[in-house]
Amino acid sequence: MSCCNCQEQAHEGIKLIEQFPEKREKLENYIKTLDVSDDREKNCGYLIQVLHKAQDIFGYLPLDLQLFVADKLRLHLSEVYGVISFYSYFTETPVGKYKINVCTGTACFVKGSGAVLDELKRYLNLEVGETSKDLKFSLGGLRCVGACSLAPVVMVNEKVYGNVTTKMVPEIISDCQ
Amino acid sequence: MIDTVDKLIRRADELKSAKKADIRILVSMGTCGIAAGAVPVFEAFKNEVAAKKLDQAIDIIEAGCMGLCHSEPSVEVVNVKTGENVIYGTVKPENVAAIVESINSIATGVTTINRSWYYPEVEEKFEGSIQARIVLRNSGRINPENLDDYLVNNGYQALAKVLTKMTPQEVIDEIIASGLRGRGGGGFPTGKKWGFAAAQKAGRKFLLCNADEGDPGAFMDRAVLEGDPHSVLEAMAIAGYAIGAQEGCIYIRAEYPLAVKRLHLAIDQARKSGLLGKNIFGLGFDFDIELKYGAGAFVCGEETALIHSIEGKRGEPTFKPPFPAVSGLWKAPTVVNNVETFANVPAIIRKGAAWFRTIGTEKCPGTKVFALAGKVDKVGLVEVPMGTKIRDIIFGLGNGIKGGRKFKAVQTGGPSGGCITMEKIDTPIDYENLIALGSMMGSGGMIVMDEDDCMVNIARFFLEFTLDESCGKCTPCRIGNKRLHEMLDLICQGKGTEETLNKLKTLALVIKDTALCGLGQTSPNPVLSTLVNFHDEYLAHVKDHRCPAGVCTKLIKYEINNNCVGCTLCARNCPVNCISGERKEKHVIDQDKCIKCGVCFQACKFHAIDRK
Repeated sequence: MSCCNCQEQAHEGIKLIEQFPEKREKLENYIKTLDVSDDREKNCGYLIQVLHKAQDIFGYLPLDLQLFVADKLRLHLSEVYGVISFYSYFTETPVGKYKINVCTGTACFVKGSGAVLDELKRYLNLEVGETSKDLKFSLGGLRCVGACSLAPVVMVNEKVYGNVTTKMVPEIISDCQ
Repeated sequence: MIDTVDKLIRRADELKSAKKADIRILVSMGTCGIAAGAVPVFEAFKNEVAAKKLDQAIDIIEAGCMGLCHSEPSVEVVNVKTGENVIYGTVKPENVAAIVESINSIATGVTTINRSWYYPEVEEKFEGSIQARIVLRNSGRINPENLDDYLVNNGYQALAKVLTKMTPQEVIDEIIASGLRGRGGGGFPTGKKWGFAAAQKAGRKFLLCNADEGDPGAFMDRAVLEGDPHSVLEAMAIAGYAIGAQEGCIYIRAEYPLAVKRLHLAIDQARKSGLLGKNIFGLGFDFDIELKYGAGAFVCGEETALIHSIEGKRGEPTFKPPFPAVSGLWKAPTVVNNVETFANVPAIIRKGAAWFRTIGTEKCPGTKVFALAGKVDKVGLVEVPMGTKIRDIIFGLGNGIKGGRKFKAVQTGGPSGGCITMEKIDTPIDYENLIALGSMMGSGGMIVMDEDDCMVNIARFFLEFTLDESCGKCTPCRIGNKRLHEMLDLICQGKGTEETLNKLKTLALVIKDTALCGLGQTSPNPVLSTLVNFHDEYLAHVKDHRCPAGVCTKLIKYEINNNCVGCTLCARNCPVNCISGERKEKHVIDQDKCIKCGVCFQACKFHAIDRK
């Protein structure tokens, strides 16, 4: 379905869907629990939750996965891509094993999260939103986690570091080994 | 199964008279408590009580947030018989034995905290406290994962009252009479909103709860969802009855995993007990709630954008009218209220509109929850009656500025708000007063800034946020804010002129007038409000190329003066190794290599580093 150019492009790259048949099955089973019908508007209502599930299972949402979702929900690829590119939660590129996120909330900002972020950028040689080539680290900003009393806050996957200073950066990174 | 009102009342009575442990230990376990280390404390209490075989005498409860962020993990020990309680702050697992040891008195060696709030629903007033808890009435006092804990605290009694004794119109009239206004920021009268939707003749209507709390620095909705999820479900069912909707939906941020988990659990419990679903209490009213996840878009807090997001589309706002109350989700009449607004509803129904009006001000009855953060000494979640002075919140509840620094401004309303200075700090808080000050209520974030904060840089920070979050649909917001940000960037680099300031102001006003949605129209507020209140600071940046607060890195440099004793502390701390010098001799900073991180400035114990 949808446009053939994109389909060709998807064939050229690594096909995540074919690489992991068990993950594909998991996603397929989830979509089967939804009441997908000929009503495209209604199907569209399921799109965001399906993408959440897909990213949960595969880690990211490359083109072939987007096509798969579009096909299953009987939507256009453009609609699926439009949603993925709009919401910051969805990513089209693989993320690192350690997701290092600096809180960008106001409380953290006034307490010096900017300096911490700069130091992390320098230390890891990454920009915000980038992942290291060995897929070990991803650097990002995080919207307020509500741990404002611990500001500035850095989160590494689920772990919270509070009252972070630039000096603590090497320690945080070495904790990831 | 609670399928009749009688059964609800009987269940509550049973729970009230059931034999309980003499002591309740409540561990505050919201996201922030857990981040501060509440889980090991909770485990330690479990182990200690088991080891001492006190399981029958002491209940350990995983409660929601008490709002004492400054002293997390916090623990409350309640003597059920006498009603006396002690609150301990910054509890560590090693303190647990001491607390259990002196369970009937006060443990030594652990920080104790005075309770500084009262519950208007049960107490008249609590001397020495300006906090009144309606929205947070159960948060931190009950186990949010246990329906019985909610039922024993009058849970679902308001829903029972509405379904048995009131018509939908009477419910709407009661909410209008109470004067409850939307706590999400705009302050639109809630009862009126319900009335518009109720007046629509349609087969299908929707009730949405906006739990997409995106304001950086505001987390009250999360506290309610994590600490008292059933109160929101009950309120939604009441609202559903009032407007004639049978389908409810909570739109929640995916970044709140604990709130999502507890809501799922609460919905499940309510369905299994017959408090949600078909034929509630056997009275012929059907209402069910589903959860929808956001995916990280601030603009989805705007109601039309939120509706599009639930429909699975890009969360772009559309022009109003038509208002959602006429044509909303799937083109059906829809009401969108936020979490805090809903949390007020059961209390209003139980105690009546007249009671609610005794709290707060004439135009804005009730309370407002604020997330007090930034440079304030006691960071926390506070709930105060409307009309409370800003000073009493910051210098009373917040205990002033941390480290004895000087108060500079407080930012309310997040990226859509503005700064309030020392001169205006005695203003009583309500929607209108804050707008008159060039700020707004917003969702209730209150970020305190001290003399070390550069207001130009703060304005730039908020603009950066808006840039990231602008959906890009309308030109003023998409391009205008980008240009505003560029100008602020220039000023922060010392490249701005007075002409830049004029352009800044003109463009900000144009965006305010022409942007499509609330996010765009209010996005220049931080710029406009700092331009008015801190004009001198802007002038210092553009005329003298100086940053008075010493924040804008392009405008400052660090130099070592003659106080230096050569202790090498700065050189050892410098992340880029740009400080050189022999031991016991004056050191030098290589200005080309310096990244101006300020680590040396903080590390030096001899005041030997100047920031210019």
